[in-house]
Amino acid sequence: MSSVAVIDYGMGNLHSIVKALQHADPETEVICTADSKAILGADRVVFPGVGAIRDCMRALNESGLDEVIRRVAAAKPLLGICLGMQALLTDSEENGGTSGLSLIPGHVVRFAENLADSDGHALKIPHMGWNQVHQIPHVLWQDIPQDSRFYFVHSYYARPDNADTTAATSAYPETFACALAQDNIFAVQFHPEKSQTAGLQLLRNFLRWSC
Amino acid sequence: MSLAKRIIPCLDVDNGRVVKGVKFVDIRDAGDPVEIARRYDREGADEITFLDITATHDNRATMVHVVEQVAGEVFIPLTVGGGIRTLDDIRRMLNAGADKVGINSAAVFNPEFVREAADRFGSQCIVVAIDAKKVSAPGEPNRWEIFTHGGRKPTGIDAIGWARKMVDYGAGEILLTSMDRDGTREGFDLPLTRAISEAVTVPVIASGGVGNLDHLADGIIEGRADAVLAASIFHFAEYSIQQAKRHMAARGIEVRLT
Repeated sequence: MSSVAVIDYGMGNLHSIVKALQHADPETEVICTADSKAILGADRVVFPGVGAIRDCMRALNESGLDEVIRRVAAAKPLLGICLGMQALLTDSEENGGTSGLSLIPGHVVRFAENLADSDGHALKIPHMGWNQVHQIPHVLWQDIPQDSRFYFVHSYYARPDNADTTAATSAYPETFACALAQDNIFAVQFHPEKSQTAGLQLLRNFLRWSC
Repeated sequence: MSLAKRIIPCLDVDNGRVVKGVKFVDIRDAGDPVEIARRYDREGADEITFLDITATHDNRATMVHVVEQVAGEVFIPLTVGGGIRTLDDIRRMLNAGADKVGINSAAVFNPEFVREAADRFGSQCIVVAIDAKKVSAPGEPNRWEIFTHGGRKPTGIDAIGWARKMVDYGAGEILLTSMDRDGTREGFDLPLTRAISEAVTVPVIASGGVGNLDHLADGIIEGRADAVLAASIFHFAEYSIQQAKRHMAARGIEVRLT
């Protein structure tokens, strides 16, 4: 039986992601933990997160989980979700500028204020709801129709330095990278655990991914 | 290619059953909430909202159980509202599997509660529910105020100013219900919806009064809402979510068709 560890570092409610992983593949053991040994011992690791990046980085640094994530990133499949994706980059402009884990070169920036949609109406921030995800070929998109919609809720987005780390794009209204892939790291801005069929398929693909 | 407008069916839950009253009287039984949530998920609902309409101690425990069951098999965002008064109430619902909670009268009695909730759990899970009623006389400029106790008790608080304040305090989304329209099937209060939607930076969910599919589309097009919430038109299978989405798409609204 293979296992997946969901890193529990106090940033948000992990109930949904644990349930969704269990549902995506009942054969996988899902462990929700802050214990570095348990995380390093799992076959795969999910790095979730909601909230503010400074709190996220502080929680990781204080617990030593930042180092654990670096070791995971060098060794086994790692899935970053939402804030867990943003924390993988070099830095974020949130909270007056916050350093990230620097595992994927790039920056996290806020959606510009006063953007308008095609009808000229002000766009709301956060970007919340179901948006289309335009895939760039990767094994984790297997059996997910191109441009499927996933559920987003965020005010900041990733701007990777290397264009070839982009694994999918979305538009609000400017095109932005909503999924990143680099070696054994895959990271998504949207919430696969809340994205119904397409989201469960992505989680299933991750649980079968060997890289 | 852009963000879809959302359709959110709302389940008013009393004692473990879905009910729907007209202006909070004449309550009709619409069935088992878990069963109904499953059907809405299959039909392509973008989110589901559960409203605990009595929020008694027993009902709360039943609601936690309903949310747990639904969250174990329905993987779309779930919101729970009704009687959310403490950080502990929020924690309990999030732990049961809710993604967001709706805060209504507790925000009116203690606005700081919204700030504390957003600080603790993040704005993304804090929906402030606003029950508004028109107070201006015919011929006067429109003015709406916040009402509590199911629309019976005026507070004297201006709805637009209140919505802005709640966003400042950390609301991630506004659920706006017209108490003049709720349960009437006459359609949303469109001027109210538009006034609030244009006043705040966060998404606004229009609620109260949906009687047909054109009302949903009007809420988006004329009310400029980001999402529309309805209860009875879906519960009694008058319309499916899928039909509602096709209708909205035919009126030029971007929706998620599954």
